[in-house]
Amino acid sequence: MTRELSVNIAGVIVQNPVTTASGTFGSGREYSEFVDLNKLGAVTVKGVSNVPWKGNNTPRIAETYGGMLNSVGLQNMGVDNFIENDIPFLRQYHTKIIVNVCGHTIEEYCQTVEKLSNADVDLLELNISCPNVTEGGITFGTDIKMVQKVVSEVKRYAKQPLIVKLTPNVTDITEIAKAAVYGGADALSLINTLQGMKIDIHKKKAVLANKIGGFSGPAVKPVAVRMVYQVAKAVNVPIIGMGGICNGEDAIEFIMAGATAVAIGTANFSNPMATIETIEGIQQYMEQYNIKDINEIRGIID
Amino acid sequence: MKKIEQAVILKNQCYIDNIYDMVLYVPEIANVAKAGQFINVYTGKAEMILPRPISISEIDKKEGTLRLLYQVIGKGTEHICKMQKGSSIKILGALGNGFFINKKHRNHILIGGGIGVPPMLELAKTLQGNIHIFIGAKSKPILVEEFQKIGANISIATDDGSQGICGTVLDAIEIEEPTADMIYACGPKVMLKAVSEWAEKKQMQIQVSMEEKMACGIGACVGCTIKINKKGTHDWENLKVCKDGPVFWGNEVVWND
Repeated sequence: MTRELSVNIAGVIVQNPVTTASGTFGSGREYSEFVDLNKLGAVTVKGVSNVPWKGNNTPRIAETYGGMLNSVGLQNMGVDNFIENDIPFLRQYHTKIIVNVCGHTIEEYCQTVEKLSNADVDLLELNISCPNVTEGGITFGTDIKMVQKVVSEVKRYAKQPLIVKLTPNVTDITEIAKAAVYGGADALSLINTLQGMKIDIHKKKAVLANKIGGFSGPAVKPVAVRMVYQVAKAVNVPIIGMGGICNGEDAIEFIMAGATAVAIGTANFSNPMATIETIEGIQQYMEQYNIKDINEIRGIID
Repeated sequence: MKKIEQAVILKNQCYIDNIYDMVLYVPEIANVAKAGQFINVYTGKAEMILPRPISISEIDKKEGTLRLLYQVIGKGTEHICKMQKGSSIKILGALGNGFFINKKHRNHILIGGGIGVPPMLELAKTLQGNIHIFIGAKSKPILVEEFQKIGANISIATDDGSQGICGTVLDAIEIEEPTADMIYACGPKVMLKAVSEWAEKKQMQIQVSMEEKMACGIGACVGCTIKINKKGTHDWENLKVCKDGPVFWGNEVVWND
């Protein structure tokens, strides 16, 4: 029998609940050699800013037990390049486009969103949670008043539904989630990376050039599931859950915690086929337990 | 669609000290691989989530095999070096751009330092004409006999003087003053910088194979960047070693960083 996998993210129907975590999938081009992008619910692209950003110094990557650290610093070619080159590429495929937007200041976020609002994209994701930039990013995402302010300002320019991506590096994520929704967020995505650090004890120095980076991968999954669960209880907007998802079973866990959709992030680096395998894993789970519609099991944990 | 391949390990044994010699049966990749490219090797251990990028040392299209010489430098390579002949290992490739080869070139200088020597072997076998290879090592230069077999002119430099001259490959180059249509180099960044500066002084073109910590190996994570001069400007941009490289022109790399 046919199983219903489609879900509704703030009015946008995606054919299945699987998308990609921003910054782990480029603009889909690299992975189009490994997976049929037509099969993904949506592609969430790497963060774009109003002008090109050069990113941080290297080393930007360090492996840790069951996870990794990154301090890429949102290197990107800028929104104009994105609109010209990446949107036409992605529009060849039957998948929705979610654009992650980054900035140092509210003005920069607004400039980028204004340009994207007239572009052919389906959803915007406001990145107020990147730990690897000194201004903007996480400095906005950890302050309740600032979250509400930046979201409401950006919302004035957004013609597409606005997802706000939350950082886990806060005392109470539900307070931040509520502020984002109060500011006008149509959906939330979480979690961005946890702040982490690794030291090379032989060289007696931090492994990352930036010393501190964003921690992701399977090791962070329990933290992410817990936060999705808490936020789903606190607000009434759809949640895109992410943090260490590698397969269908992981995805189901997030959906049961309350996520409408899920994003595959670091797993793309371990396995370029992780997105497709996750979709297949979700289907297998639905077969096994005779679930007709994926929405039936969303948020079933009390 | 490209996919991760299951390669069969035909050989995996210590070459010298902490350098291991691995031969993989993987015709899908051997058929398309070129000198200067690398592969992702997946450890298969859940706690080691990232692949290990390892350069290709030899390609045998007829036998469908790849040879890798790799240095055991951490937990991942420690695990890989213990994998048994006959077992299989997941790999992805061939990745990156190989060396640029101009078929008209007849005189080639190859420079390999330490674990940068292995990719020079496949390159030497691919190139036509005269090959002069400079091999640098702390104390034990590798693959010397293999380069002898293919008739290359060999110069050796070791830090402790146990073989060849006592000094760096640049010292050896400055003694010999070779000339060529093209120079190709792989090794530590400090060596690549030194030989690039020498090549510029001598007005010879040089290709350098760079290295940086990677996550995906396919251009998505933007982790493995190096600074490359933007043509015709005083500005630079961060390009990806995995996708835009690993081979770059020596005169386009920002060395003083």
